[in-house]
Amino acid sequence: MAISLKINGKKHSVDTEPDTPLLWAIRDHVGMTGTKFGCGIASCGACTVHLNGQPVRSCVMPIGSIGDQEITTIEGLDSMEGKAIQAAWDELAVVQCGYCQSGQIMSATALLKTNPTPNDADIDAALSGNICRCATYARIRNAVKHASRTISVKEV
Amino acid sequence: MRYIKEPKIADAVSISRRVFFKKSATIGAGFTLAMTLPGCVAAGFTPDVAEGELMANAFVRISPDNTVTIIIKHIEFGQGTFTGLATIAAEEMDADWGQIVSEAAPANRKLYANGSWGTQGTGGSTAIANSYMQMREAGASARHMLVAAAAQQWSVPASQIIVSKGVVSHKSGVSASFGELAEAASNQPVPDKVNLKDPKDFILIGLDNLPRKDLGKTDGTAIFTQDIKLPGMLTAVVAHPPRFGAKVKSFSKKKATAVKGVVNVVEVPNGVAVIADTFWNAKKGRDALTIDWDYSEAMTESSVELMQRYRKVGDDEGLKAHTHGDLDGAFKRAVKIIEADYEFPYLAHATMEPMNCVVQITDDGVEVWNGSQSPTGDQLGIAAALWTLPGNVKVNTLFAGGSFGRRSNKNSDYVVETAHIAKQNGQPVPIKLVWTREDDTNAGYFRPMYFHKLRAGLDSQGKIIAWQHKIVGQSVMSDSVYAAFITNGIDSTSVEGATSLPYTIPNFEVQLKTVESQVPVLWWRSVGSTHTAYSTEAFMDELAAAAGQDPLVFRRAHLGDDPRYKAVLDLAAEKSDWGSALPANRSRGVAVHKSFGSYVAQVAELVVDGQGQYKVDKVVCAVDCGVAINPDIIRAQMEGGIGYGLSPALMSEITIDNGAVVESNFDAQKVVRMRDMPAVDVHIIASAEPPTGVGEPATPVIAPAVANALFSLSGKVRHKLPLGIRV
Repeated sequence: MAISLKINGKKHSVDTEPDTPLLWAIRDHVGMTGTKFGCGIASCGACTVHLNGQPVRSCVMPIGSIGDQEITTIEGLDSMEGKAIQAAWDELAVVQCGYCQSGQIMSATALLKTNPTPNDADIDAALSGNICRCATYARIRNAVKHASRTISVKEV
Repeated sequence: MRYIKEPKIADAVSISRRVFFKKSATIGAGFTLAMTLPGCVAAGFTPDVAEGELMANAFVRISPDNTVTIIIKHIEFGQGTFTGLATIAAEEMDADWGQIVSEAAPANRKLYANGSWGTQGTGGSTAIANSYMQMREAGASARHMLVAAAAQQWSVPASQIIVSKGVVSHKSGVSASFGELAEAASNQPVPDKVNLKDPKDFILIGLDNLPRKDLGKTDGTAIFTQDIKLPGMLTAVVAHPPRFGAKVKSFSKKKATAVKGVVNVVEVPNGVAVIADTFWNAKKGRDALTIDWDYSEAMTESSVELMQRYRKVGDDEGLKAHTHGDLDGAFKRAVKIIEADYEFPYLAHATMEPMNCVVQITDDGVEVWNGSQSPTGDQLGIAAALWTLPGNVKVNTLFAGGSFGRRSNKNSDYVVETAHIAKQNGQPVPIKLVWTREDDTNAGYFRPMYFHKLRAGLDSQGKIIAWQHKIVGQSVMSDSVYAAFITNGIDSTSVEGATSLPYTIPNFEVQLKTVESQVPVLWWRSVGSTHTAYSTEAFMDELAAAAGQDPLVFRRAHLGDDPRYKAVLDLAAEKSDWGSALPANRSRGVAVHKSFGSYVAQVAELVVDGQGQYKVDKVVCAVDCGVAINPDIIRAQMEGGIGYGLSPALMSEITIDNGAVVESNFDAQKVVRMRDMPAVDVHIIASAEPPTGVGEPATPVIAPAVANALFSLSGKVRHKLPLGIRV
């Protein structure tokens, strides 16, 4: 059966079962591969996307449960916070293998959206669901703060 | 110039220019070339070259649009080869960093062998070390050809030509870009000998914060194996035996084939594969399979029983991996004898990207897409599985989502599994094998479980006069092509780090007892040092306490002639303010270790909360890795290496029950997360020594540094990893 999904502002008709996780609909049916598979049980965060702006683990979200909610993936990340996070990631050379970083960036962007000036405890709480086996955590922490500063400078 | 003489790349390229003007991203000129040219089948594949381009040698290609492509023979999986090796070549070329693009080398053992062992592969933190002179010569050679072409065009002596930031110029006012000279330079002879820069003239090498060359990782565009899309491609998911050593007795594919999207179900040597149009349908198909397993040869032991067995074996005399002095006599003279034993669990690599691979078998040959550390090994493995020649196996090396040794599999396990599935499927379509996280954790391979026994004797001055170290565990190299490297029964990867201590001890012995188990084992980031650095450096603190000395002072008193240990130790001590007073809820621990030629000292500082739980708050790390090619990558690898080593230090382990892995996903398999990560302060020793690796050497040092900080805080010795979260 065809299910309609609104991804990055565009409607996609996905012809598969409603129990298919959003992750695999995005990757195998829509064909966007920036969102990654890591664990399949919402434990590593590699598959993080935004649903109406909120970070969710797409690997455990059946597409039949989504309806017309807005899905944003790394490919469609164009908010001020998202751009600032990506720029900070590049500037501070956060990335190593890179496989988890789409998820990290989606989680970090959602954090800045709700909390423009997160402290260490806020960052721990928002990002401890995203595993990075290269352990780029120290740089992620610095990059979140760096992005926060660049946004506040822009807003002044 | 070894790489030019031996493979005759210049000849191959000139033929390719005349005959094959293809430049294709998929099955391109290189494939055709290698399959066509007589004598080139065994040599493997070569990079694509288009008309007008200069393929100066196996590593440098210059395009008319002024792009300089550096061919990278080592996989990029986060450790920075795309940036590091390109930096070295670009330095000698005097290229502009902005014009540099990095590209993964095709599988070609002759052109792209790792100088450390002779086949194409990445491991042992060797990428920079074995490529340093090679990439310098490659860059210098390309520069020489560009200058020769300019000299000819402008009718000026080559000696008067200046090259800077990708521009070739002469004082008369003429100048040209590399791209403008590429075609003319391709008609210049490849120089037999080139002059290399004096390191004091380096511009890019040692420069901080050069932009990285492994692009697309912050916007989702980088392509990993998981992301490969090819026409007609199908996805396979495999049901592996539930216990090590079990086999398929029989299976019914009826329910699986009834699942929408499932196109085939095939048996492979280690299970049953379900092939479908998408991953989710393949997984549903696998869930619907009915398999009757033959457990007659399956493992029954648990890791608890294994450790009991290891402890018993530890009472026996082992093979001597290293011995000097008179151990018995020294123990008799000792005024204090201290003994300790240490237990280490199995460890999973747990890469973020679970194992996967794409294989397509057609009449033209076999093509593989994978982020593998061992292109040559995978060519051989697939060739053996499919009864073809290794030269018929084209390997496309992609970015890997982490590896840590896992993708350098001694049996090319998941790669060969994909080849078997493609063969059994019998169609010329690409097959993408996808392991789930559970598949990845349950199948292994693992860092072996180990048991260590240490015994040392101190004299009346608190000097170590006797040291005996016994190691019990499985061999990584046995039962593989690497078994040839086992000498006199000693697998050096089981004892490395224990046989070469930073300390001079007059009477010294390391013994090895190799044991067997059905659990598949493999090298894991920093290999032998993952356990030897812990037991030796934790034991040093026990000895320091027995001698009544400060751990740093005690270490310094035992250092041998190599000044580089002292330099990193002193730098870490200075930057961590070692010896200064700390609040009662804080403590420091120090450890020093050399692996893969690089020296690392770390001081870990812990903070304890009111409930007796501790956190590693900060780590000061000093490293001497010779010439620092990319200081920021060195820092990143120290930070990441510490974070990676912190997981087994604090929380990670794989346990076995009745021959099966207990922890199958990240809910049970604990790893370090953001909340666990300390601040890391890295200091690099300025050095003119040849560069050595940075991917692994930070990893083994953090666990003993943390254990020693805990020991200092509580006086309780930690004889078992992981350490847990309580003081």
